[in-house]
Amino acid sequence: MSADTDAHAHPDQPHHATLKGYLIGFGLSVVLTAVPFWLVMSGAIDNKTATTIIVMIFAVVQILVHMIFFLHMDARSEGGWSLMALGFTLVVLFIALTGSLWVMYHLNTNMMPSVPNMSEMP
Amino acid sequence: MTAAAIDTATPSPPPAFYQEHEHAHAEGGSTMLGFWIYLMSDCLIFAMLFAVYGVLGHSYAAGPSPKDLFELPTVAVNTTMLLLSSITYGFAVLAMQQGNRTATLAWLVVTALFGLAFVGIELNEFAHMIHEGAGPQRSAFLSAFFTLVGTHGLHVSSGIVWMVTLMVQVGVHGLTDANKRRLMCLSMFWHFLDVIWIGVFTFVYLLGFLR
Repeated sequence: MSADTDAHAHPDQPHHATLKGYLIGFGLSVVLTAVPFWLVMSGAIDNKTATTIIVMIFAVVQILVHMIFFLHMDARSEGGWSLMALGFTLVVLFIALTGSLWVMYHLNTNMMPSVPNMSEMP
Repeated sequence: MTAAAIDTATPSPPPAFYQEHEHAHAEGGSTMLGFWIYLMSDCLIFAMLFAVYGVLGHSYAAGPSPKDLFELPTVAVNTTMLLLSSITYGFAVLAMQQGNRTATLAWLVVTALFGLAFVGIELNEFAHMIHEGAGPQRSAFLSAFFTLVGTHGLHVSSGIVWMVTLMVQVGVHGLTDANKRRLMCLSMFWHFLDVIWIGVFTFVYLLGFLR
C-alpha cells in the first residue's frame, strides 16, 4: 500500500528554477535580441534577404532559449504531456500559417492580374 | 469494514477489476498542465493573428508602410522592458522557492513596473500613429498590425492585473501552496508573453522595417 502511494506520488516541486538557469537565459536573450536589432538598424549586411534569414534564425533560437530557461520545458515536465501538447500546437500552427500564406498568395496572384500595384502609385 | 472481518470470512479476497485504493492527487496537481494547455490555445490565437498579418501586411492602400511608421529605437526600449520584466519575475520565483515573502513581493512590484512601462510605451506609440492618421481603419496592414500588437498588449495588461491581485493574495495570506501555484501559473503566462513578443518584434517590426 505504501509502495503504491510512493510509485504514484506527484512531486510537489516539479519546477527546478535556479538562479544560474535564469541568468544564462537572460544573457542569451540579451545577445539574441541585441544582434537582430543592430543588424536591421545599422544595415550591417547589405543583402536584405540574408538579413531577413539571419533575423528569423535568431528569433527561433531565442524562442527556444525562453522555452528552456524561463518556461522550464523539457521532455520530463508533466510526464511528457507538456511537450506533447506543444508538439501538437506546433503542427496546427505550421498548418495554419503556411496554409494561410500559401492560399492567400495564390488568390492574390490569380485574382487580381490587372490591378496596378497601389503602393507604387504617386 | 475491518481487516479482521476480511481475514476470517474471506481468506483470499476476490479479484478486483477496479482500483481499490485511489492514489492521492494533491490539490492542484494538474493545474500546471491545464494552464500549459491554455497557453497553447492562446498560442493558436496569436498564430492566427500572425497569419492575418502575414496575409494583409503588404496591403497599404496607398497609406504609410512599416518603414514610415516604426521607430526601431522605441521598439528596442520596449523589448528591453519586457526582457527585464522576465528576469525579475524569475527572481520573484526564486525568492518564492526560498520562502522569502518580502523579496517575492518586491520583485513582483519591479516586474509589474516594467510591465507598466512596456504598456505605456506601446500605448504612446499607438497614440502617435493614430494622431498621424495611421489608425487601424487606414489600411488592411494597419488593421492587422493593431489587432496583433494590441492583443499582445491586452495580454500584458491582464498579466499586470493578475500580478497585482497575487501581490494582495501573498500579502494577506502569505506564500501558501495555493499562492505558490498561482505564482507559477503567472510565471508561465508572463514568460509566454515574452515568447510572443519575440515573434512580434521580429516579424512585425524588424522584418517590416527591412521591406
